[in-house]
Amino acid sequence: MDRHQGPADPAAGPVAGQGTLPGTGGFGYPVDRDHWDEMVAPDGVLRPHWEAFMSGLTALPAEDMAARWERAQRLILENGVTYNVYSDPRGLDRPWPLDPVPLILSDGEWDDLEQGLVQRATLLDLILADLYGSRTLLAEGLLPPSLILSHPGFLRPLSGIVPAGGIHLHFYAAALARSPDGGWRVVSDRGEAPSGAGYALENRTIIARTLPEMLRHRPVEPLTPFFQKMRETLQGLSPRNRDIPRIVLLSPGPYNESFFEHAYLARFLGYTLVEAEDLTVRDERVFLKTLEGLQPVDVILRRTDGPFCDPLELLGESTLGVAGLVQAVRRGTVAVANNLGSGLLESGVMAPFLPALCRRLLDQDLKLPSVPTSWCGDPGERERLRDDLDDLVIKRAHPGRSGADPLFGDMLSAARRDALMAAIGRAPHAFLAQQRLRLSTAPVWTSGRLDPRVLMLRAFVTAHGHGYVAMPGGLTRIAADRDGKIVSMQAGGGSKDTWVLAGDPGRKASARRTVQPPAKLVRGAHDLPSRVADNLFWFGRYVERTEETARLLRSVMSRVGDAAGFGASSELPAALALMGHIHRVPPNAPPEAAAMMIARKSFDASQALGLKANAERVHRMAAMARDRLSLDTWRAVNRLHDELAHVTLDDEPAAEDLVSLLNGVVLACEALNGLAMENMTRGLAWRFVDIGRRLERGLHAIDILANVLPSVGHAGSPALDVLLEVSDSSMTYRSRYLSSPQFAPVLDLLLADESNPRSLAFQNAALGQHMDQVALARRTAFLGPDQRLTVWLTGAVRTADIDILGRADDDGGRRNLATFLEVLRSKLWELSETLTREYFTHAVSRRPGGGTAREPMP
Amino acid sequence: MIYRIHHVTSYGYSEPVLLAHHMAHLMPRPLPWQHCRRTNLRIRPQPTGGERDGTDYFGNAVHFFTLADAHRSLTVETLSRVELLHRPCPEEGDTPPLSVALEALEIGKTAVETAEFRYASPLAAPFAQLTAYAMPSFADARPILAGLRDLMHRIHADFTYDATATTIATPLERVFTERRGVCQDFAHLGIACLRGLGLPARYVSGYLLTRPPPGRERLRGADASHAWLSVFVPGHGWIDFDPTNDTIPDMEHITTAWGRDFDDVSPLKGVMLGGGEQSLKVAVDVEPISD
Repeated sequence: MDRHQGPADPAAGPVAGQGTLPGTGGFGYPVDRDHWDEMVAPDGVLRPHWEAFMSGLTALPAEDMAARWERAQRLILENGVTYNVYSDPRGLDRPWPLDPVPLILSDGEWDDLEQGLVQRATLLDLILADLYGSRTLLAEGLLPPSLILSHPGFLRPLSGIVPAGGIHLHFYAAALARSPDGGWRVVSDRGEAPSGAGYALENRTIIARTLPEMLRHRPVEPLTPFFQKMRETLQGLSPRNRDIPRIVLLSPGPYNESFFEHAYLARFLGYTLVEAEDLTVRDERVFLKTLEGLQPVDVILRRTDGPFCDPLELLGESTLGVAGLVQAVRRGTVAVANNLGSGLLESGVMAPFLPALCRRLLDQDLKLPSVPTSWCGDPGERERLRDDLDDLVIKRAHPGRSGADPLFGDMLSAARRDALMAAIGRAPHAFLAQQRLRLSTAPVWTSGRLDPRVLMLRAFVTAHGHGYVAMPGGLTRIAADRDGKIVSMQAGGGSKDTWVLAGDPGRKASARRTVQPPAKLVRGAHDLPSRVADNLFWFGRYVERTEETARLLRSVMSRVGDAAGFGASSELPAALALMGHIHRVPPNAPPEAAAMMIARKSFDASQALGLKANAERVHRMAAMARDRLSLDTWRAVNRLHDELAHVTLDDEPAAEDLVSLLNGVVLACEALNGLAMENMTRGLAWRFVDIGRRLERGLHAIDILANVLPSVGHAGSPALDVLLEVSDSSMTYRSRYLSSPQFAPVLDLLLADESNPRSLAFQNAALGQHMDQVALARRTAFLGPDQRLTVWLTGAVRTADIDILGRADDDGGRRNLATFLEVLRSKLWELSETLTREYFTHAVSRRPGGGTAREPMP
Repeated sequence: MIYRIHHVTSYGYSEPVLLAHHMAHLMPRPLPWQHCRRTNLRIRPQPTGGERDGTDYFGNAVHFFTLADAHRSLTVETLSRVELLHRPCPEEGDTPPLSVALEALEIGKTAVETAEFRYASPLAAPFAQLTAYAMPSFADARPILAGLRDLMHRIHADFTYDATATTIATPLERVFTERRGVCQDFAHLGIACLRGLGLPARYVSGYLLTRPPPGRERLRGADASHAWLSVFVPGHGWIDFDPTNDTIPDMEHITTAWGRDFDDVSPLKGVMLGGGEQSLKVAVDVEPISD
């Protein structure tokens, strides 16, 4: 076993660039003997469990590898694998950094590690049960009361509640590091809502596509059975409905650092992704607000930190919680995993006490030790602290408050050391001192070479049956550069796939195969929360608005300067006028200057009606409804976003360049629409996207017709040509009328022709069908207000006499038509508002009450 | 002494509240020196569900209720009858000095039972200047009860009652520098002083009998909720102190609930959907009805 090899000789010092190591091909991997290296033993020989991988990598031509890796990067980008870095001005959605070389563990070593992880999870669960129950561990002095009872993760209202199935800790993750002696140590325990398992799965998916033959060479333990077990565990928690419980994944929302993973896991596990406002408590039961009304929820897979989960009984200022949730848990009507209050395990508070607790609670020795950690509340420990500070990491025992980052003793200035010691002196019970560990290194692939980086491994455990099982693998995270000592995604590090080599295939395959019960046939997806329907509706509207704006702008830019074809520039004023409802042009501005001004505004992200701002909104709405959109739709959203995100207009942008850019934008929008038409099942989700699109297109048709009114006479006018062009209806017109455009036929085509997919009449008909279908779910006998509006709109357009409406008044104006269009517009807006009221009422903001106003007090 | 306590809390909302979950700490707490004869709770509009009496983590009575129909106002009314008896208070000379008390607090059951009141809570967290302010009261092996009286006296003398100076969100640091506030602030201040010294201190909410100025009639509804603090003295248990009135509560303080700070025992806490601006009216009557 690797770990029985003696520690590397620390006196030897780092030996950089030893040249070609046996078996490492030409990768020039240097070995630093101060660290344990995962791939190369201290004697410079490749460790046996790396041989197969390295020979595979050596056999792969460097250019081939580079090409594959480029493809993998694109896959990451297009799949939208992201990680939110709080301090990054780019904010949401930083692409996920992944290295192609996995961390490889032998099966023998993994077996030991797994036993240790399972024992640790079992122990931590028993500790939680005691602390939220009889608290004998405090009375017996095995845990200091001051440490536990001052911990903000200790949720008093949960005290005395026995959770469903008696389990507090359903999911557990340990941050592991290998010390120079080869043994694994736990750096921190994650018990609140451990994240990362989804990223581990996505890493495997990408590596499997990039290096498929490597995984074929020698079998690697698959990850998916772990998720199947997670699912069985969650299903078993349901207080009722054991067969088909309603399970939701509760996420804090798109601004959380690992929102990608929430959406990913929800989709992978087949649960509804919800945010707090999607849930409500009635009569001590949790319900999901869906378009079909309130639906009872049985199990909540929780990704929101415990203290934030109920503003009534827990943190009052939280907007991420569900008022009354604790009461529902107390009554046993809903199971929450992990149970509320499990955050007490975070930040390593248990570490100093675990060996004794393990003997007391399990009558066993702790198999997987922590990095040596001491609690500063222990007077003896405080004495040693000052002398040893260089080798220590000082952590807050209470996570989540300001200044909670771990402090590395040797990086502190004298003044900060003094300040830290004073802070510890004032509240010693709130600090932990952890031994600095020299992390092990593993190779990363950097443009054809292998280079060592320090690493940590996050391992995952789920409750299953009467015990726990560990995921064979995990999320390996690496430092950002060779000298990096700290491993942190927030600080720009990267990640790796983690391979546990499958042992004797006969032994394990049978034991680990899980039988999946045959799926029941269902039609229609799981519940559509009203909030998601709202997001999808606006997603549809913004996609359409982006496309229309791009078309209008394109019609302007293609009439400017060199981009203008023969005679086209004379139509520029007409094209500008069509955009009047978006950007007003100063009446006396020269048309070309006005066109450039509009282009600038369109690409200025701060202009609310600009193209860029619209594309941002498309992206945001899609992100919020992410688990409802297919991977291809995501890719198309990202493509649209990328088309526009990087555009900055220099002083003299060439009109042709803008036109080709706008072609790209129109195509990207068309692709999105096409995906929605062809690939979304005709469920409610699709309907709300399409309702948004139809409504927006209807409004657009009215707007451009109204814009063109002042400038058309009876006969052909350049404005009508432009109007047909932006409405994508020139071909239809020409094939019908074989003449230059006249007003009444154009009006008919764009307003009243139900066979033209760009006409208002077409949108009205589609909206009417949608409303009828959506209303079916409500089961009422009468037409709803939304249906009445679509009936009115359809009727008004069908019964309109286009010839009369199209006729000019004596002074050349068309007051009847202008008024008619105005009424139609206001009815469409009314429809939008009615939808919000009828289907998205959650939009009313929630606020804490009672506590905020203070009653007069002496 | 028997008291009749009438407490009416009314909220008005500028927009309809569509859904509200509430949690009330409004019933007097049964204690060796406080016998609760009767409590009636009346809620208007009628709760639509989730109504339940319970006991919170600190042993206080709580009442949960839900209003799921749209409403523009909420009135919660309690009518209680409480009998108060004298409570025992030790002689100063019988209480240990601070240093001895702190040692005793580390031992056995006491350590487990009092630990949660010894450390910072969200609204009553000690800070260095405050601890320095409290320290002189406990000099020279003085009996701790004398020190506690002195500290209460100093807070009363150094701080000005000012109903307009603070809100619930005012940090304790500002109360300390500006030296103004209301009973709630003074209770939190005292608690943080004592926690800074390492003593367990808790927040007590309840009512106080107020006396009309000489020669005037008692005014209905002119009383108010009140707050003070309680300290654990090893060997003697919890002793209450009212820094707002510089007095040790006895026959005129009625206890409803205690916790680490106001947040644990807020009389009426709610989370609502909608509601817009809210206005609050409170009327309290504490009426002695017999000896």
